[in-house]
Amino acid sequence: MSLITTLARLEAVDTGRAQPLATVRHRHLTDRPLVLVPLTTAGEAGAPLGALVGTDRDAPRLLIVPQPRDRDLRFAFLAELADIVLPYIDDHAQDVGTAERNETDPETGKRVKVEVELCADAPQLIVPSRAGIDLVRLLGRSMRFRRTAEQDPETPHPAPPRVPLLGRWLTHYGERARVPGSSLLTALTDVLSRHWATGQSTLEDQHLGALLAWIDPPEGGSGAEAALRAELLRDARGQLVCPPAGPSTDPAFDNKLLAPAIERYDRARTALAAAEDGVEADDRLGELTAAERHIRDLVASRTRPTWDAVWHGLDLLRALPEGPRAADRWTRDRWSFTGHRDRVLAGEPPQPRRDDAVTAANKLATREREQARLEAQEALDDPLVMAGRRLAGEAFAGEVTDVVMAYSEGKRPSPRPLVTVRTDDRPQLGDRVRVYRSLGGKPQTAEFVGYEEGDAAGSPPARTSPGPEGAPDPAGSPGLPCPGGALVVLRVLDKMGRGKEPEPGSVPEKGDLLCYTLFEHEQRGGAKLPDPEDTPWTHGGPPGETDAAPRPDAVTDEDVL
Amino acid sequence: MTTVFDPGAEAARATGAILRDTLHGAHRGVVVDSPPGAGKSTLVVRAALELADAGRPLMVIAQTNAQVDDLVLRLAERNPELPVGRLHSSDSDPYDKALDDLPHVRKSAKAGDLAGLDVVISTAAKWAHVKGVEPWRHAIVDEAYQMRSDALLAVAGLFERALFVGDPGQLDPFAIVGAEQWAGLSYDPSASAVTTLLAHNPELPQHRLPVSWRLPASAAPLVSDAFYPFTPFRSGTGHGDRRLTFGVASDGSGPDRVIDEAAESGWGLLELPPRHTPRTDPEAIRALALVVRRLLDRDGAAASERAPGATPLTADRIAVGTAHRDQAAAVRAALAALGVPDVTVDTANRLQGREFDVTVVLHPLSGRPDATAFHLETGRLCVLASRHRHACIVVCRAGVAGLLDDHPSTEPVQLGVTVKFPDGWEANHAVLSHLSEHRVPWTP
Repeated sequence: MSLITTLARLEAVDTGRAQPLATVRHRHLTDRPLVLVPLTTAGEAGAPLGALVGTDRDAPRLLIVPQPRDRDLRFAFLAELADIVLPYIDDHAQDVGTAERNETDPETGKRVKVEVELCADAPQLIVPSRAGIDLVRLLGRSMRFRRTAEQDPETPHPAPPRVPLLGRWLTHYGERARVPGSSLLTALTDVLSRHWATGQSTLEDQHLGALLAWIDPPEGGSGAEAALRAELLRDARGQLVCPPAGPSTDPAFDNKLLAPAIERYDRARTALAAAEDGVEADDRLGELTAAERHIRDLVASRTRPTWDAVWHGLDLLRALPEGPRAADRWTRDRWSFTGHRDRVLAGEPPQPRRDDAVTAANKLATREREQARLEAQEALDDPLVMAGRRLAGEAFAGEVTDVVMAYSEGKRPSPRPLVTVRTDDRPQLGDRVRVYRSLGGKPQTAEFVGYEEGDAAGSPPARTSPGPEGAPDPAGSPGLPCPGGALVVLRVLDKMGRGKEPEPGSVPEKGDLLCYTLFEHEQRGGAKLPDPEDTPWTHGGPPGETDAAPRPDAVTDEDVL
Repeated sequence: MTTVFDPGAEAARATGAILRDTLHGAHRGVVVDSPPGAGKSTLVVRAALELADAGRPLMVIAQTNAQVDDLVLRLAERNPELPVGRLHSSDSDPYDKALDDLPHVRKSAKAGDLAGLDVVISTAAKWAHVKGVEPWRHAIVDEAYQMRSDALLAVAGLFERALFVGDPGQLDPFAIVGAEQWAGLSYDPSASAVTTLLAHNPELPQHRLPVSWRLPASAAPLVSDAFYPFTPFRSGTGHGDRRLTFGVASDGSGPDRVIDEAAESGWGLLELPPRHTPRTDPEAIRALALVVRRLLDRDGAAASERAPGATPLTADRIAVGTAHRDQAAAVRAALAALGVPDVTVDTANRLQGREFDVTVVLHPLSGRPDATAFHLETGRLCVLASRHRHACIVVCRAGVAGLLDDHPSTEPVQLGVTVKFPDGWEANHAVLSHLSEHRVPWTP
């Protein structure tokens, strides 16, 4: 946790209200996101109990599995989910524009521009908390290898037609959610805690109700107290007033309400199966329907508060203006969506169970690059985030006090002006460290030359600090300045045009207020890895045939204990 | 009959076996584990020269530009006639200017320009961009334990056979994003190159350099026991072979007493009163700076097997090691305030592979309220505790032992991942209990 986040959290504890960590919204929100509030059954991994899902905050669709251990009912639930999610995806998949992309021409080997399709917008899936993302991933994994009767007439338990396709999409969304800065699949608690610091731990921030209580407490109240109520307050029946955002449910709900309701449903089903004539069956069907409706009501009562909380959270986020570079990241999300759409259309098999060596390395490289990009872009978009970087010594802001023209040595001297910046920040500058500033949206590079001997107001840091007998510096970094600030001398290296004289506006001028960062603004692409079929011997050679339908694990001694 | 341990002969035997496997072995790879200061660079240079002599085109893969330049200089020192290629990036100032004085070293940003040279050296990152060339018959991968598996994947197509050299006890490579989803896969891209290599090629011969020439007799047993419990090594020198003396007598202050303790025993622990502090603990930073200042002020002299007459202990023979970069920056500022230039101050990551006479270390857990996996990482402490030829002085707040007991390792166990021994918790306790025998309380 950075120092500025720690300060914000301390302030939140002090004031009882969440403190802003950002002045703009760093994640793109589409106009029509699909919100999914899932619940699972205790005791069985990934067994859905129900879900509220939809794009209209006033009209969510409620799906339930009245007996979660019944695989047929589970398939019916997934089929219903597919009927809601897939049309939503298709809407976006069909609305395409064109874009240009650099590709290597297979004949000439040259890089050429190719016109390709890019979906105008991408479907955005919002879940309440991080555990929801894990469930999406798990559902994806459990569905994408299923076979439908159409694909394989022999399959013993055929899946409903669109379920495997939903599995592939959910898998894609689950993987994309691992890319820093992406927002195809977003956990609301993650986005909210990116923008506000509460006075509770990051673990507690995963409780959506408590998090919202900190950020937007009821009129005049304390966020801390409201958060405590959201976590603990129970009604007369011993049920949580603010149910957990799931997908896990509260044990008190499971034991006192859900278990009896499912038992009633099971009894009604058994009775219906045992009915001997039509009249009796009609009666018993009525009881079964009533039992199912009871479970529906129960699931609705646990998901609806979370549903409303999610939309409330989205409102809070929409109140912030979107950061300029968030759109750039959303374009990458659109590329990711379009790419997967194309793979599905091309009839490619589902994503393999495990990544091969090259895919894994490519994914890791992408994510590291996106992480660095995200950190740089957030700082450039948002002065509050930049303040955190400045506090950490990774950036500094100040006023230009002097500009001296200088030239590089060599046959064709190029301009290398020396710029002096007075700053109160304490950047971790070392000999010839590169620094960057944004010049018309593009980074301009400069290198650190040294600290200038100060005038009356400022002195070089090395000379002003307390000696060994002096009191320890209260701010934590002994030996650094100083009232009046340090004078940092930089040599500007690029973006000044090709001529001997720098282009107008490309060199800072005296009096300019500038912010230099020690981190790069743009990320270089890494080296291209070999194709999977060229995987070298150090990494086990090329992967074998991808088995679309994985074999079950071999039976071991432990299985038959 | 008792055999006397002859470090020179042991080391020569190990080196001979490594070179035999490399030059004449049947396997595509050879792995060499080298504890701190065991002559890894010497081995790399020697293997490179012998491979070049045997007429096998050789590529050398190192991890940083500093390592590459250092290797080029060492090769040129051993054989000034050898045609060496230095492949470098197209940034400004891509290599050490000292290379310009070497007539047989050709430098280029394009691999094509260096074709046909006996030895071509570059970083893994630069090699990854080389495409469409004839594979080299042989490669040497230096610091292979610090190379990530995905970096090896990018370059492994460039060579047919390779010698992998590295120190398994130093810091593992890391990723700035989570990589748990691949944990347990044999080719986990965030694992070290050697881990992946051996997972796929378990039959490869593995060698070990048995003697540390850097660590003094006072340090080798502790570092070996704490960090290499199953692959012990010895120091190449005996207890009497190295001496650290000071011309100016102690003034009785904490820094001076800890310096004397370290000069005497090889280790010193300067213990500050317990307190939770920010990362850049001002008191601890000041104590570090003062110790360095006094080391220089007291006319230190180091006598060793290399130079039996004492050599003066100058600023370039001293290093300060920290866990975090902001701590290093704070120490640099504090040293500047005391008028001490030219002392190397860096993080464990950047001190890897370097050697000094005396190191002054800020304990990674000093002043912390918690012990995270980062601070407990075995390799971090190992690097910090194994850079010195004479003495190591650790500056630390009291109470770290209690902190360790409060924070046992809680990292989740991943299926299929080889558990690394010792874990950081165990290693930290081992080092701490040894250091506590050389404790000097802080009195300014």
